[in-house]
Amino acid sequence: MQTLAIEGEMTIYTAADQKTALLDFLNTDDVLEINLASVNEMDTAGLQLLILIKREAAKLGKTLRFVMHSKVVLEILELSRLTNTFGDQVVLSPNEESSR
Amino acid sequence: MSFDKDMQEALDLFNIECTELLQNMETDLLGLENSADLRQTINAIFRAAHTIKGTAGLFGLDHIVRFTHVVESVLDNLRDDKLSVSSALVAALLPCCDHLNILILNVAKGSLEENAALTESGNRLLDELRPYLETTTAIESSDLVLPNHAERIETIVNDAIEPGNWLLFLQFGENCLRDGMDPLSFINYLATLGDIVDLTTFSHAMPEAGSMDPETNYLGFEIILKSDATKEAIESVFEFIREDSLIHILPLENRIPYYVELINSLTEDNAQIGELLLKSGVITQRELEEGLKAQHSQAKTQEIPSRIGQILVDQRVVQQPLVNAALEKQQQIKDNKIRENQCIRVDAERLDKLIDLVGELIISTATASLRGMKTGDIALQEANANVISLVEEVRDSALQLRMVPIGTTFSRFQRVVYDVSKELGKDIKLVINGADTEVDKSVVEKIGDPLLHLVRNAMDHGIERAELRVERGKPPQGTLGLNAYHSSGNIVIEVSDDGGGLNRDKILAKAVERGLIPAGITPSDQEIYAFIFEPGFSTVDQLSNLSGRGVGMDVVKRNITELRGVISIDSVPEQGTTLRIQLPLTLAIIDGFLAGVGDASYVIPLDKVVECVALTTDDNHDFMELRGEVLPFIRLKQLFNKKGTAERRQNVIVVEHLGLKAGLVVDRLMGELQTVIKPLGKLFEHVQGVSGSTILGSGEVALILDVPTLLRQQELSQILT
Repeated sequence: MQTLAIEGEMTIYTAADQKTALLDFLNTDDVLEINLASVNEMDTAGLQLLILIKREAAKLGKTLRFVMHSKVVLEILELSRLTNTFGDQVVLSPNEESSR
Repeated sequence: MSFDKDMQEALDLFNIECTELLQNMETDLLGLENSADLRQTINAIFRAAHTIKGTAGLFGLDHIVRFTHVVESVLDNLRDDKLSVSSALVAALLPCCDHLNILILNVAKGSLEENAALTESGNRLLDELRPYLETTTAIESSDLVLPNHAERIETIVNDAIEPGNWLLFLQFGENCLRDGMDPLSFINYLATLGDIVDLTTFSHAMPEAGSMDPETNYLGFEIILKSDATKEAIESVFEFIREDSLIHILPLENRIPYYVELINSLTEDNAQIGELLLKSGVITQRELEEGLKAQHSQAKTQEIPSRIGQILVDQRVVQQPLVNAALEKQQQIKDNKIRENQCIRVDAERLDKLIDLVGELIISTATASLRGMKTGDIALQEANANVISLVEEVRDSALQLRMVPIGTTFSRFQRVVYDVSKELGKDIKLVINGADTEVDKSVVEKIGDPLLHLVRNAMDHGIERAELRVERGKPPQGTLGLNAYHSSGNIVIEVSDDGGGLNRDKILAKAVERGLIPAGITPSDQEIYAFIFEPGFSTVDQLSNLSGRGVGMDVVKRNITELRGVISIDSVPEQGTTLRIQLPLTLAIIDGFLAGVGDASYVIPLDKVVECVALTTDDNHDFMELRGEVLPFIRLKQLFNKKGTAERRQNVIVVEHLGLKAGLVVDRLMGELQTVIKPLGKLFEHVQGVSGSTILGSGEVALILDVPTLLRQQELSQILT
């Protein structure tokens, strides 16, 4: 199983690079995990990427899990009511939990 | 926080819009107490505050949102009749307007974060608003307990049936992300207006991974919003993104029309509509499937399949009248949009550049036409005549572009009058007339200061204290009038008050004392009043009821003279004073009459020329008889010290200004021309009788005569001799 940790922002400024990185990552294994713990900023472009990569994974028949959603990611998912779609394993990352 | 250019542009727009809104808000607040349509005025103020809050929210300017929110709450109470209009309330709200202006100015300067000092002063203002917020709760808890209960129960019942009030379908433009607009932040902001009951994110528009551009927006949202906000308020959330985006805001209660509206305006994705319709329960799954099936089969046989709306009407799922009504509404919306686009903001600098070029064009055309004349080529002359008439039209429409109604300048004085009358402890109302009179923008800009001075003067020294007014049998409330109208190529602006008027005798005595006029002669009232424009006039204690009136009046006069304008005074003792400012409509180009004296040419502004007559006999009198009237002469040859013998036949150009008439004696009449005024250099600034120069088609320089000054000098010399 391969894990990709996304660091920093997932916004319009980083979307182009991240799209390539995410698509490349899809080809690395059949069971994949994306760690969102260090995502500290996210906008619609970032959300779109998550949707895209999930759709691609399904199309290729791969297992893709999103884990350790940071607070920022959760807020965006809440807002777009997509928590159920992306939150198969919504586990708060430790630091976020302690801050609650 | 770093800002790219787009964001800066959006912020600039925000700044312009908010400043306009605040200006309207201020005007409305000032007029609130005497408003004829109170409800509408309150609504206008509320809307302004609300829009500012909304747009500030979009930029994440939380401090502005916080401040405006409180102001808006007070206005909301006012709107709901929980508060009544009072001058104390207006007095508390006006500084809030000012404060918002400061906040927005700061944002425009680039400081997006709040500033501690400003927040503190803002909080002080909000403290003053507190009583108006609390009044509400007090009334609510005491007087309205019973009705409130009933209402609440009703609401709960309503809730059970109606899960939301509004259905929003949002498909943001493809470029919105690149333009720095994040759809999610709009939705975030929407959540401040009400409760988002349900939201669905659609991503079906996103293409295959390969062709998906991560910087393009593909997402759409369908939202059920429970909110008491009006459609307008919800719409305003998306104000900045409305262009290029599909935004549908539909009331859930009124189901069938909205459904039709939706179908007719959105044809891209019928499945999408179907989903929406199903959710709102307007149609059933079966009806939709049948409709889509019908559309599919049509698509095979026809090139353009009917819209699903039409199909559903055919299948009697919805009624045709409702479709028509919806279509009508849709057309209205489209029309509104077109109207919105009819105004374009243009950089004033570009406009000035255009005017300059038109000026040059006029000179060049004159040159071409002159050359044409000399060749004697008829066809060329005809062509030139065509060009000239076109250029004249271009000139007129270019100048039209610069015309703005003077009302914006006038309405600024609402606040001045309000503030100054408070300061002076006098009750004064401002009456504005002719606010839509149009005048050149540069005139508007330059007239503000002189007007301000005149208004202050009239309030301070013109209008008496209330006790004195009552004693004189006038209403205790003083009236200050600002009036504007067009009059023969000029705009006339009047500042009038119903105060004590000017003291003619005292001014005359003072003028004699200062040696401005020899003792023993009695000039007209107009001339006497004009002395208050002399520098330093009437600053002495003796003229106690005038003191101050002359201070700065010379500056006012100079400002107006610089605009090629004239100021005159009418005054009736104990009835009031009217200052009348006459200004040319535009500063750049005039229609003139060209005349030759010796080897030089002079331009006389055409609007001052009455007629031309031949000087038949010249026996060196300085006047002639014209239809039974004595017409004094001004001999330009003498005035400008021109050499050379007089031509055998001389001509007289009769000019008139403000009732004064005189004849200008010239050697040759050379006809009309339009000409661009070139200001004289600094060195010639104080030359009397000449207001500017112009370049003729032949390349020669001609002086433009300042007729009003010439006439006044002429008149004065008559008085003195």
